[in-house]
Amino acid sequence: MSAEPILTIRGLNVDYGTGTSGVRALRDIDLTLHRGEVLGLAGESGSGKSTLAYAVTRLLSPPGVITGGDVHYHRPGGETLDILALSADELRAFRWQELSIVFQGAMNSLNPVHTVHSQLTDVLVAHRPGMRAAERTERAKELLNLVGISADRLAAYPHQLSGGMRQRVMIAMALALEPEIVIMDEPTTALDVVMQRQILRKLVELREQLSFSVVFITHDISLLIEFSDRIAIMYGGRIVEQAGAADIYRDPRHPYSEGLLHSFPALHGPRRELTGIPGSPPHLSAMPTGCAFHPRCGKAFEPCAGRIPVLTRPDAAQEREVACWLPAPPA
Amino acid sequence: MKYVLQRLAFYAVTAWAAITINFLIPRLMPGDPVEALMSRYQGQLDTSAIASLKALFGLDENKSLWAQYTDYWSHLLDGDLGLSFTFFPTPVGEVISQALPWTLALVGITTLISFLLGTGIGVYSGWRRGSWLDGLLPVTTFISSVPYFWLGLIAISVFAVKWPLFPFEGGYDNSLVPAFDWPFISSALYHGVLPGVTIVLSAIAGWILGMRNMMVTVSSEDYVMVAQAKGLSERRVMFAYAARNAVLPSISAFALSLGFIVSGTLLVEMVFNYPGIGFQLLQAVGAKDYPLMQGVFLVITLSVLAANLLADMAYAFLDPRTRKEA
Ligand SMILES: Nc1ncnc2c1ncn2[C@@H]1O[C@H](COP(=O)(O)OP(=O)(O)O)[C@@H](O)[C@H]1O
Ligand code: SF4
Ligand SMILES: [Mg+2]
Repeated sequence: MSAEPILTIRGLNVDYGTGTSGVRALRDIDLTLHRGEVLGLAGESGSGKSTLAYAVTRLLSPPGVITGGDVHYHRPGGETLDILALSADELRAFRWQELSIVFQGAMNSLNPVHTVHSQLTDVLVAHRPGMRAAERTERAKELLNLVGISADRLAAYPHQLSGGMRQRVMIAMALALEPEIVIMDEPTTALDVVMQRQILRKLVELREQLSFSVVFITHDISLLIEFSDRIAIMYGGRIVEQAGAADIYRDPRHPYSEGLLHSFPALHGPRRELTGIPGSPPHLSAMPTGCAFHPRCGKAFEPCAGRIPVLTRPDAAQEREVACWLPAPPA
Repeated sequence: MKYVLQRLAFYAVTAWAAITINFLIPRLMPGDPVEALMSRYQGQLDTSAIASLKALFGLDENKSLWAQYTDYWSHLLDGDLGLSFTFFPTPVGEVISQALPWTLALVGITTLISFLLGTGIGVYSGWRRGSWLDGLLPVTTFISSVPYFWLGLIAISVFAVKWPLFPFEGGYDNSLVPAFDWPFISSALYHGVLPGVTIVLSAIAGWILGMRNMMVTVSSEDYVMVAQAKGLSERRVMFAYAARNAVLPSISAFALSLGFIVSGTLLVEMVFNYPGIGFQLLQAVGAKDYPLMQGVFLVITLSVLAANLLADMAYAFLDPRTRKEA
């Protein structure tokens, strides 16, 4: 895998609300997506995964505001786009063409009053002005085939499709313009386990064919172990650990990562004991001091409650980064 | 298609029930209204009027209820609603068909205008919250909270009396003969301005608020977010995604409001002495003109039903979820 970055996020901060009623949902996020990789983003519900997805695509709706940081997109040619500085027109052109999203609420992601055909082709109308209607229909059929849906479903309305089919239509839609990056925000959470794995396998297959980069968001880390190259773990609006999927699985360094791994049954390999994590995630308005995880951490020690551990490499030889005092206690 | 047939059958049954009730009500009235009327008119009623009355109230004792009922239907299907007392011997059907176009034109056109204008403003103000359009809301809401009666009288006293810009009553200049020519039509339009504008003013806030609220609700739907993420033009997101879904409740409210054109017109026509069906009903009630009242009620009932049918059809056409699988 090349280590060429395609999306770099630096020092990203996002608040919900302003002034005294504002709360910080993302804190100093540093994250890099490399060309062609599947980056998994895991963390309990409320840790800020969706907020991160919305922020990098500038889809945050009020009261969400980006209060600091940079997001850069690196075109295959070498050109770099400052996403947070794009004008409305530039942003429209960038969206879906270079980065598409499958949303968390994918069950309601389709407009109930328009056909699948209309919703697959309107994106072509917007981004491929030269394309003729017949070509667009051809492309829409092709896309449905890609995700294993027969072309006669083009005329269907969303309510006539099963949940799994709607999900696959959304994936087909995300691939319509062959974007460089696809963000998938819990794309399979609402589906049963069999359907989830079927769709994920399809996705991996498609990525091999079309070679796009994926940010795969889920609260179920066991899915990521199997399907992603690298994993970033979020807690309380921060990234607390990121490393290769195998490294995280074999040797999680952050106590929270370890806790997450013990919260879901592994799909393959030796069984682990399911212990879960005691306590519940913090509220944004009452974020613990120091390491936000310290009230729940079994390994918390003297510096944890008072000082915030920053994301650093405990081992210079490894690409792994951890935000925890354990590997390198403060002097 | 099956859905359409089902609805049609449903409304046919409802219409039958409504007409049957319309037939029964005078027969259930206590006392002998015909005697009372005859004594009031003191022999001025001729025999055919009395026959018509007796038929209406079911006092035609030689006939069974069933025979009366079938008679009633056959008259109805011929468009025969009996004779009006007030305009004796003009048939009720004729009285109604003279008044109805005035009401339909005035209230129909103004209902359409307030719906289109209000919904359009609602779309924009719901999409761009905080724009200058939001300043319009308190104003329109205030106006719509003024009882129509007052609004009409204020309009008359300001624009017809203090500054006599517009006529204060009537549907056209009485010196003209009703005809399809420019002098008459322009006079009718001119007379329609004050009642029309007051109707639009009092109704528009409802349409704006309804549409604005729905736009706000729909704007946070996932599919609108998806449309944004797809990089579609703002027009397409706003109309094909947000407004197209948000307008559904307004469309059915509009279709229903068409049904109340005939019945809701009473106040307007009272205030402006407008020669429509509401004014006619008012006179009929004052003169105890039972055949005319019954005819007007029938028209009102049927128009509410027709509007409901229209609402159902419009909804089925616009919302694929209501269409049953073939
Ligand atoms: N519109 C909003 N207003 C206020 N707080 C919000 C809003 N959306 C999300 N949040 C808060 O931001 C935090 C992160 O939410 P989210 O990004 O949805 O987490 P995840 O996707 O990891 O479950 C949560 O604590 C949530 O309560
Ligand atoms: S910094 Fe302390 S409290 Fe936080 S995870 Fe590490 S050991 Fe636990
Ligand atoms: Mg989420």
